[in-house]
Amino acid sequence: MKLRWFASYGPAFVLAVALLALWELAVRADLSLAQFLPSPSMIVQALSLNWGAIYENTIPTLLETVLGMFVATALGLLLAMLLDLSSWSRRAIYPLLIISQTIPIVALAPLLLIWGGIGIGPKIVVVTLYCFFPIAVATADGLESAEPDLLKLLKSMGASRWQILWLVRLPGSLPSFYSGLRIAATYSVTGAIVGEFVGAYQGLGIYMETSTNSHAIPVVFATIVVTAILSLALFALVNLLERLTLPWYHASRVQAGERLAYSGRFLR
Amino acid sequence: MPRLVLEGVSKSFRQGRQLLPVLQPLDLEVEQGEFVSLIGPSGCGKSTLFNIIAGLEQPDSGSLSIDGDASPRRTGKTGYMPQQPLLLPWRTVEENVLLGLDVRRVPRRQALERARELLKHFGLADFAQHYPATLSGGMRQRVALLRTVLFNSQFLLLDEPFGALDALTRLSCQMWLLNLWQEVHASVLFITHDVREAILLSDRIYIMSARPARILRVVRVDLERPRHADQLAESRAVQLEQELVSLLVKEQAL
Repeated sequence: MKLRWFASYGPAFVLAVALLALWELAVRADLSLAQFLPSPSMIVQALSLNWGAIYENTIPTLLETVLGMFVATALGLLLAMLLDLSSWSRRAIYPLLIISQTIPIVALAPLLLIWGGIGIGPKIVVVTLYCFFPIAVATADGLESAEPDLLKLLKSMGASRWQILWLVRLPGSLPSFYSGLRIAATYSVTGAIVGEFVGAYQGLGIYMETSTNSHAIPVVFATIVVTAILSLALFALVNLLERLTLPWYHASRVQAGERLAYSGRFLR
Repeated sequence: MPRLVLEGVSKSFRQGRQLLPVLQPLDLEVEQGEFVSLIGPSGCGKSTLFNIIAGLEQPDSGSLSIDGDASPRRTGKTGYMPQQPLLLPWRTVEENVLLGLDVRRVPRRQALERARELLKHFGLADFAQHYPATLSGGMRQRVALLRTVLFNSQFLLLDEPFGALDALTRLSCQMWLLNLWQEVHASVLFITHDVREAILLSDRIYIMSARPARILRVVRVDLERPRHADQLAESRAVQLEQELVSLLVKEQAL
């Protein structure tokens, strides 16, 4: 198990360490560079020196992110079901969905601030806008991908439309739903940061902004590191959730992987 | 009363402006407890015929009755099994077997009880808690067959259930099916490409022509029951096999 873990993440780990070392060396070789680009060690130092403030600002950002994800999931699932209702509703809703994604949310954020005030509400809206689309599209595709012969089998049993949805299509779409949720998780923290950038009482976004304005560049980098860790943690949480709720899916994938590895050793 | 009676059933499909005949008017009968096979060249319309019998499509003309009932709402009156096992990967074997009872809204506890009983009776109890992904091809087909039987044990429509299996697995599945058929006293209509399979399993065989399909011939298989693979070497069986193969070769398009 440990070996397999290293086999999959090892190369990325080695590359990351090499890049960080290179970065550190470059900054140390030319210290005038440090004014604009702090070295990794300076970033770590800034993180530990400002930990109290960073921690305090992480909590509201995390809250906005998680609440936004919940709203986005509900909205995404609802839209997926609406898309799936009939070919007519699909043709009506799908183009509008895509158009909604062409709107630059960065431009929308200040407007949301004007409409909704400086509180948590508009931030949740921004996170939702970033996250609902991948969930809706992935789930709708999952619903559509049900095996036609399987639907035929259920019809031959006299199953109703709702029974087919409940017994076959919804459970079958869950792996796709989780793919969408994974993408949404990586967007979500960015969404909260964007929402805070234009104005907030507290949060990593506004903290980053004020640090930039006071030229505390290592602190900005330290905040970026925290943001990245937050995103990764959410991503991992979605993966964990998937494993817990879809044990069958994980089992069948491991099996398929083993079969592949067996039939072609070169894949390793 | 026969289980199934088809009289003059025909079907055409519209392809662009053309009307493409798939089934010429044909008659077919399955008695109670009888095992009947349909053989024909690929693409001859056997699956369309099954869709009609299962109630997924309606014939253009002719009449069709199951147990004397000619109503067009036939879904649920047959146990239809498509070529692929189509097991639900998120359900364990026992949960897959009871799928039909879920459709009939049988309470889960009662359904589980019946599924387990059936699995035990036909030697699959050890696999009840497994997911389909961990089963071999032959096992999946057996589970799919039990799912069909638990939904409707009166009348089974089996569409080439063993077509994708290797020869040995196929033989053991055939024997297992014969045992199942005798235990539950089902009527079976069985589609196959394989003349030997049809001879080994059936009471009667309908031979169909290339599209548009009609019945070329009906033969009765006079081999003793219970059947076993050795009987295929008997002179009656060999003769019948040669006869059917030469009939089918003429129908097979290049």
